[in-house]
Amino acid sequence: MSFQLHSTVHQVLFGLLAAIGISHTAQADGDKRMVPLLPKYKQECAACHVAYPPGMLPAPSWKRVMTNLPQHYGTDASLDPAAVNELGTWLNANAGTYKRVREEPPQDRITRSAWFIRKHDEVSAATWKLPAVKSAANCAACHTRADKGDFDDDNIRIPK
Amino acid sequence: MNLSLSCKPPLRALLVAAGLACAAFLPAAYAATPAEMLAGYTAQAGAPAVPARGQQLFTSRHGGEWSCASCHGAVPTRTEKHASTGKSIAPLAPGFSPERFTDVAKTEKWFRRNCNDVMKRECSAAEKADVLSWLMTLKP
Repeated sequence: MSFQLHSTVHQVLFGLLAAIGISHTAQADGDKRMVPLLPKYKQECAACHVAYPPGMLPAPSWKRVMTNLPQHYGTDASLDPAAVNELGTWLNANAGTYKRVREEPPQDRITRSAWFIRKHDEVSAATWKLPAVKSAANCAACHTRADKGDFDDDNIRIPK
Repeated sequence: MNLSLSCKPPLRALLVAAGLACAAFLPAAYAATPAEMLAGYTAQAGAPAVPARGQQLFTSRHGGEWSCASCHGAVPTRTEKHASTGKSIAPLAPGFSPERFTDVAKTEKWFRRNCNDVMKRECSAAEKADVLSWLMTLKP
């Protein structure tokens, strides 16, 4: 009887563990289980740059970004209040909570996060300056599937 | 706009009239053609648009760092790149990108933002009319 119980308990625990493992959206790179992007987010927030996965910044960073849209990294990205509200709510709900993303990076820039710098430490200064790249914020220059939220190593092509 | 037309005739007429009246006061979030939008701007401006003035406004840096042309190109008939992010920007001229200037809310939003970026203020209706009239002269 106790043997049976253990077996069931173990089965349940194993199942739970597997379920948690599958549902836990860990890193943003190489993680095919992307948070699906809100259509409005793609529409409003990917006109000038790639649609950054919300999991790449912690909630307080996103909050500051949404509060300061008229001064958005050197440009006016202002939106109507309803849109700010809707996007802010979604960003807050899908912000990064994984350990490395808990850091609020300087100026709330993804590219100044410690994890980003570490991930890109093999990219030469010259590469960043290439006209085809221009800026670390231009993910799609090398990450060929950045628009799909896929930053897998397999899909990188660094321009010359 | 969805009108329920299952009511009795007199009520229906009233609803239609009310709906039309409301439409007149709808926020500018509806579809249009570039020509209709130009007509709207010139009406607001109270004067005809001058394409040459529009081109000048578009290509000048107005004492700042950027001009409209910095991102859209001096003759915005090709896919260009954002000056900072490198993101590709479809041609602005409606003759080359049919979806341009067909959504009033979208156009107004971008005028607000980008005039602020370039000129540190909103563009007047006359300026918008000038720019749009010039863009409409650009044909394939």
